[in-house]
Amino acid sequence: MDFATEQPKFIQLLVGLAVFGLVVAALLLFIDRAPKRGHERWQILGFLAPAVLLLAVGLIVPAIRTTWLSFQNGDSSAWVGLDNYTWMFSQSDVLHVLRNTLIWVLLVPLLATTVGLVYAVLVDRARLESLAKSLVFMPMAISFVGAGIIWKFVYAYRGDKDAQQIGLLNQIVVWFGGEPKQFLLNPPLNTIFLLIVMVWIQAGFAMVILSAAIKAIPADIIEAARIDGTNAWQLFWQITLPSIRSSLVVVVVSISIATLKVFDIVRTMTGGQFDTSVIANGMYDQAFRFGQTGRGSALAVFLFVLVLPIVIYQVRSLRHQREGR
Amino acid sequence: MAVLLRGRRALVLVSAVGLALVGAAGCSSGTSSNANKDSAECAAFKQYQGHDGTTVSIYATIRDTEADLLEQAWKKFSDCTGIKIAYEGSGEMEAQIQVRVDGGNAPDLAFFPQPGLMNRFVKSGKLKPAPEKVKAEAAKNWSKDWIGYGSSGGKFYGAPLGSNVKSFVWYSPKTFKEKGYKIPTTWDELIGLSNQIAASGTKPWCAGIESGEATGWPATDWIEDIMLRDQGPDVYDQWVNHQIPFNDPKVASAVDRAGSILKNEKFVNASFGGVKSIATTSFQEGGLPILQGKCTLHRQASFYAAQWPKGTKVAEDGDVYAFYFPAVDASKGKPVLVAGEFVGAFADRPEVQAVQEYLASADFANSRAKLGSWVSANKGLDVNNVQNPIDKLSVQILNDPSTVARFDGSDQMPAAVGAGSFWKGMTDWINGTDTKTALDKIEASWPK
Repeated sequence: MDFATEQPKFIQLLVGLAVFGLVVAALLLFIDRAPKRGHERWQILGFLAPAVLLLAVGLIVPAIRTTWLSFQNGDSSAWVGLDNYTWMFSQSDVLHVLRNTLIWVLLVPLLATTVGLVYAVLVDRARLESLAKSLVFMPMAISFVGAGIIWKFVYAYRGDKDAQQIGLLNQIVVWFGGEPKQFLLNPPLNTIFLLIVMVWIQAGFAMVILSAAIKAIPADIIEAARIDGTNAWQLFWQITLPSIRSSLVVVVVSISIATLKVFDIVRTMTGGQFDTSVIANGMYDQAFRFGQTGRGSALAVFLFVLVLPIVIYQVRSLRHQREGR
Repeated sequence: MAVLLRGRRALVLVSAVGLALVGAAGCSSGTSSNANKDSAECAAFKQYQGHDGTTVSIYATIRDTEADLLEQAWKKFSDCTGIKIAYEGSGEMEAQIQVRVDGGNAPDLAFFPQPGLMNRFVKSGKLKPAPEKVKAEAAKNWSKDWIGYGSSGGKFYGAPLGSNVKSFVWYSPKTFKEKGYKIPTTWDELIGLSNQIAASGTKPWCAGIESGEATGWPATDWIEDIMLRDQGPDVYDQWVNHQIPFNDPKVASAVDRAGSILKNEKFVNASFGGVKSIATTSFQEGGLPILQGKCTLHRQASFYAAQWPKGTKVAEDGDVYAFYFPAVDASKGKPVLVAGEFVGAFADRPEVQAVQEYLASADFANSRAKLGSWVSANKGLDVNNVQNPIDKLSVQILNDPSTVARFDGSDQMPAAVGAGSFWKGMTDWINGTDTKTALDKIEASWPK
């Protein structure tokens, strides 16, 4: 990277940080100087107002506008009623998109959480535990686009027999005497190969949270179970799992939401070709590449409706937990 | 507690101010070069002067080296007129331009690589028609066809800028010499040569259409090029403007002719595998096996010259070169598929119009061509100023009176087709879908 050419970005970053610092400083100053009378009320207002304002500008208004646009045509010049929604559920291409999203949201949380949990249990109190954990956690530090590029190479294909395979997976296939395969070409299996990337990234997240939860199980419970003569299998199902239930829910819910919104991996690896597109990609393509704002908005609204129950569930279980305490 | 609080507050303030200072220091490094505006070398820019101290912003897809060359090409104009040109190139331009225009943050000028994209902004009333001066300058320098591609609804909006020729087949002059192949000048000779190579046990053609979310575009170029050869320019225009349906038998005939090469297991895909490997081979890699002698023919535009590794000699006596993709029926002229950018304006300030006029002039085309790797259909472009052999060949083809040039069809169709279902349909077609199913699906996606 040429530092000189990237310099403007760093300057922008610094300016942004400086402005943020100034705003926060000014806010603190004002709240501190607020009239003694109703001091607390001023404080609440002062701290809440910026957040509420930003939420309104960045979330509430766009959400309403998107819903509004989803009932209009491509260039938002006429009302089309529910046309965009009927289009969504009648086009085979879009149905593929919805099917893929379903596959993603069913498999990724399940696989990532399972892998993370099994790994967390296996390395718990093992030698070199922190090293083993950081290895799995490492992919979390890689951006989705970066991970997409890495895995695109893993799946890379060279069909010629004497050509050198540049893809790790195909090289392994060739070593075992197989024919190289085009992993990303054939639906619906290609979606599975794509979501493995997401599992690879998210398993680390699941592992860290669950590992911490496992460590928080009081030692006396485990000791008591041991004295009662449980084996490792029973210990896991009857002690460990119930004890970390709330963490497990948090992990599954967060990964589910992240998965519903997945965009970068698909875009980097296949660009949504070969029937691998998911809702976020379909939305982007329709709204920004094809100029079909109405259809794009309808997909966005649908995505929002899908995420909503999960969010509500999480908020409720959080409140439930707090009340329980 | 109060003391502590105060101390902390001071710390926040100090660090914030510190950050602000650092930021400000970084910003104050702007320089202004002031050429003498009355000097002899500025005489050529006299007509554009009078807008000293103004800034014109340009947004385009051209990035990196190519962008540097553009900026170099108009530097003198900038120095002599005092109009600062703020250029921004982005690979996301085609999607982001809509966002910027909707957000009230439109650039003054945009280089549209697709007339279809430009028309979207004409339709929404955001684009300004080209002023008289620009219109006159463009009419002087471009053929009627090109003016037509920059127009919409009878009004002229965008003057063409750069151009490229897509009807090329890349080959290795060395291999041709060694094996005694002759450059085919008719369609039959091309197929004959392909058969000859296939009979010797190697596949003749290599292709790659993977290009991220734009996957499929090289395949649509194939179809367009062959549509132009198989059906002629008139049917081509009807097809592009949807006066005949996309699944018309005439289109199917052209697609099948393309399939006689692209879906022929004996012909493709040299060094990559079978027909389906075309779908996952990136467009950048598609022709590279020619250098190792593993592939003989690769149909791709003139701009593929930039894809060869450093040190590759692109010339008639070099490592790689290209020949004209031959016509099916030579008596009907020389069909050529072309593409290029158009300069659309979202503002009509006088300095913006001055830049527009300059970009449409032969002066700019020559100034840019001298810096290398540049082709333009600008009639005022002196072929001696063009640097590379392949660019020279392109300019010659563009200026050849027998040339029947047609603009890349997918770039003119509505984006939902031209940058969506057509790309996708052709990718599926390569991937095994039959011609009829693929074309029916594209026809169904045409916006009503």
